[in-house]
This record gives sequence, C-alpha cells and structure tokens, in this order.
Amino acid sequence: MIQFDRVSKRYPNGKDALSKVSFTLPAGQLTFLTGHSGAGKSTLLKLIMMIERPTQGQVLIDNQNLNGFGNRHIPLLRRKIGMVHQNHQLLFDRSVFDNVALPLVIAGYARADIGKRVRAALDKVGLLDKENLNPIMLSGGEQQRVGIARAVVNKPPLLLADEPTGNLDPALSEEIMDLFKDFARVGVAVLIATHDLSLIARYNHRLLTLREGRLIHDGDESGDAHGA
Amino acid sequence: MAPNNTNKGKGNKGARNATPIKAGRNKAERPRRVAGAHSAQTSLRDRFISWRQHHRDSLGDALQRLNAARASSAMTILVIAIALALPAGLAVLLDNARAITRGWDGNAHLSVFLDMDTSEARQRELASEWQGTGHITRTEVVTREQALAEFKALSGFGEVLEALPDNPLPPLIVVFPDSTDPVTLRALENRLGEADDVDLVQLDVEWVRRLHALIELGERLISALTLALAAAVVLVMVNTIRLAIESRREEIVVVKIVGGTDGFVRRPFLYTGFCFGFAGGLTAVILVQVALWWLGGPINELLMLYSSEQSLTSMAASSLIILPLFSGALGLLGAWLAVGRHLGDIEPNF
Repeated sequence: MIQFDRVSKRYPNGKDALSKVSFTLPAGQLTFLTGHSGAGKSTLLKLIMMIERPTQGQVLIDNQNLNGFGNRHIPLLRRKIGMVHQNHQLLFDRSVFDNVALPLVIAGYARADIGKRVRAALDKVGLLDKENLNPIMLSGGEQQRVGIARAVVNKPPLLLADEPTGNLDPALSEEIMDLFKDFARVGVAVLIATHDLSLIARYNHRLLTLREGRLIHDGDESGDAHGA
Repeated sequence: MAPNNTNKGKGNKGARNATPIKAGRNKAERPRRVAGAHSAQTSLRDRFISWRQHHRDSLGDALQRLNAARASSAMTILVIAIALALPAGLAVLLDNARAITRGWDGNAHLSVFLDMDTSEARQRELASEWQGTGHITRTEVVTREQALAEFKALSGFGEVLEALPDNPLPPLIVVFPDSTDPVTLRALENRLGEADDVDLVQLDVEWVRRLHALIELGERLISALTLALAAAVVLVMVNTIRLAIESRREEIVVVKIVGGTDGFVRRPFLYTGFCFGFAGGLTAVILVQVALWWLGGPINELLMLYSSEQSLTSMAASSLIILPLFSGALGLLGAWLAVGRHLGDIEPNF
C-alpha cells in the first residue's frame, strides 16, 4: 500500500528530516511508527499526505509514484487516505454527522448514500446515538472516535494516525486500538505514529523506529526483523 | 461498517506492475488512474448531482453567513451600495441632460442680419444665391415686417413697438448649415460676413456645442469615478473575504486533509463575494431611485421653467438588473483575488 524507496527530505532551512528511508507497508497490516519528537515521524506522514514532497527518492501509494503527481492530484490522493489526528481536527460549527459526512460530500457522493455511510461509520465507532450533537459536547475519547469515523467513512485503503491515543487513558486507548485492528483485519493498511511505548508494548505489531531521520529499526516489538 | 471493499478491482494492478517502483515512473498513466479509482467509487452522474448540490449549498451557506453577521454584512453592503450609487446616480442625471439637449443640434443656424436699407428684393436675391452653395442646405428669409410681427407676438412689447416711428428690426436671412463642425461654421460665418449688404452674422450654435462639451466632460468624469469606485468595491471585497478565510482557517485545513479540491474550498468564498456584490448593487439601485424621487420635484419644475417638454426620467429598466450583476461581478472578482492570495497560505500541518 505504501512504499518508501530511499526517501530523503531536507527542509529549506537545511535540516535533514529524513535520510534514505525505505520500507513497504502491505495492505491489511497494522504498523507502529515511533521515534523521539523531531525524529521525522511527522515528516514521514506529511510525505504520504503530500503536504511535503521528498527531496530524494520516491514514495508510492497504491503503486502510484507521488513524484509524478501535480498539485491538482493531491485531493484525489488524500481521498484514499484516512487521517486521524491527535487533536481530532473536528469542526465545532456543525454536528457529528456533518463532520463525518465531510469526506463524502467532498468526494461527491449522493445524498442518500451519504446518510447510510455516515451512520455505518458512526455505528462502527459506537456513536450512532450522538450524530446530532455538536462534537464539543463529547468527551475526548468520543471526539477521537468521531475523527476515526470521519477517516474511514469513505473506506480508504490506507489509514494514518498521528498520536491517536495521545490524550486518552489506557482503557480508551485500547478501544481505539481495537478499532484500528479491525480495519487492518479487513485489508486496510494502518500506520500509527506514536511515542506511547506502553501502547506499542501491549501489541505485538510491526514497528518502525526513526532516529534523526534514519530508519533504525524495522520489525516487531521484540526486535526481530520483519519480512516486509 | 468495515472498509472491506477498498481493494476491489486492485488485485490485478499488482500483477500488471510486477516492479511497482519502475511502473510508477510512467508519468502519463498515473493521473488517469487516480481519477479512475475515484470515479469507480462515485458515478459521473452522482458527481454532477453533488457538484450542483455543492453549488447550491455554497450559495445557501454564503447567504446564511451574511445573515448570521447581519450588522457587519449590512455595513459592507452599504459601503458597496454607496460607492456604486454615486456614479450610477450621476449617470442617470447625465442621461437626462443628454436627452434634453438632443435635437438641439438640428436647430443650429446662423442669423445673417443685413443692413437696414437693404431692399426686400435684394434680401431674397441673396437668400436664393446662398442656398445650396458651400455647406448651406437652406435659407429662410425674414423680412423686416415679418420680424416685427413675430417680435410683437412673442415678446409682449407690442405696445412699445407701436409707439416707435420706424421698424427697428433689420432684414434677416436665416442660414441652415449642413454641419455643426466649428471650423466649417466659423468659415461660413466669415464668408457670409464679407458679403455685400451684410451687417452682422450671428452663430447660434456655440452654446449648444459648449453644453455638449460639458456633457462629454461629465461622461469622462463619471467613467473615471466609476473606475475608481469599482476598484474600491473590489478592494473592500478582497478585505472582507480575507477576513472570512481567516475565520474559517480550521475548516479549510480539514477540508484539504480529507481531499477537498481547491475549487471546493474556493466555492463558498466566491459565492460570498458575489452575494455581497449583488446585494450592494441592489441597494445602490434603491438608493438611486430614492434620490431621483427626492430630486424629481425640483428638477421637473426647473425643466418646466426652461419650457422643456422633457421630464426627469429614472434609471432604465435594464440597469435595474445590470447594476446588481455588475456589482456581483466586482464582488466575485474581489473574492477571487482574496482567495487566490490567501487560500494557498493555509495548508494542513501536524
């Protein structure tokens, strides 16, 4: 689903955020991405979202080389990627339903279809009864689940999460992780950027570790190299 | 709900691209595949319906936002209205002035007064001699008796004239030129003035020409004013939309993250700009009509005093709709400029 081929990113200020990073994420796999802040996690996610472009190397999403994409292709790429943010990025001027419906409205789904899909997504995250509320009335965990519903509502083949459990207690984190595992089980490639080591320790999933822009570890949590 | 059909139809893609990295280098193919993957999810018809829907939603949203911030919207609309009502109102007044003076051109003539002792026969001889020569289309003889009778009838000084021993009015030949060109007229005036028995040639067209020059100057001034104020409207709109973009920064970021195109992001702001402009234009029409109604009484009285058959005409029916549309276009332009300038600055970040 995602392929990085010797990807380097140097910012205009001269900082090397990533150096020759290569890895492959297949569909249906849940992978953690970890590293200290500044190690390049955000840059890696930005390259996938085409918020930034690599200085060297190539990023392939769904077998398509992003280097060949012009700016006008970016929206279509992003529609294939569900993105979950630490701060949820919900809009408080509209209902939970409208928040979740946004990707579908943008992608041009028919109105009746939108209703069905939004309710299915809200059902999946257990918030079907909250669709008419303003997200500001929800708890942190519920807001995060609204964010997840929005990320998966148009069934993207790729799900990115940036510190999805950052502000949540362990029980809530577990709920969120269970959701991610469910998505991976049905074929979605899930990449979770986190520095929550306890979370990583609890699940024996593939782990990518970045340090100062280099990929220093690729394997499961015990340290075994992963046959990617 | 589980995203279980996401890889539908993608199974053969991997096979086709046995070496995906290299296959990715084929530039021509990639963008089409992105679009293809997209339209597989939503049919073209659905997308058209939803595109139309979004236009409708954007318009509704724009109107709703104008209504939500009523006081500040009203002020913006009034600024636009006043800026446009000024040139529009002046243009209407100028149109009236032009209508009143229309037809005066055709009355341009030279009055050729002959010496007092010129005989009527000589007068007629001169008149027929001039007729048809150099720029003279027609001549008209006014004998001293005719002049006296006319003067008596029109001036109301009949009694006084009766008391005079002699007819004080000179014989007159009215000469109608075929052009109102000042050089031609001047030459004609000189030529006639040099003829025998001619006392005085009076050009009666000069003040009409001056008036026309004034009207033309007025037109130019109004054009310049319109340009300047139209630019002001655009700038007001740029600023208003800039603030609107700033206040909706979060929303723009989210829309961009979930794959909203620039057009999708731009649309509500363009509608907002158009709505502001259109509302401003409509208000300007109302302002102009109210001002004309207010001025109508005194102006019609003035026109009557000048024994004109004209009365004040208000805006043409077509401008009632053209002005709001023009104003809407200005609003759209301002919004376009603001969006182009500021929307690119807002990019997702995390």
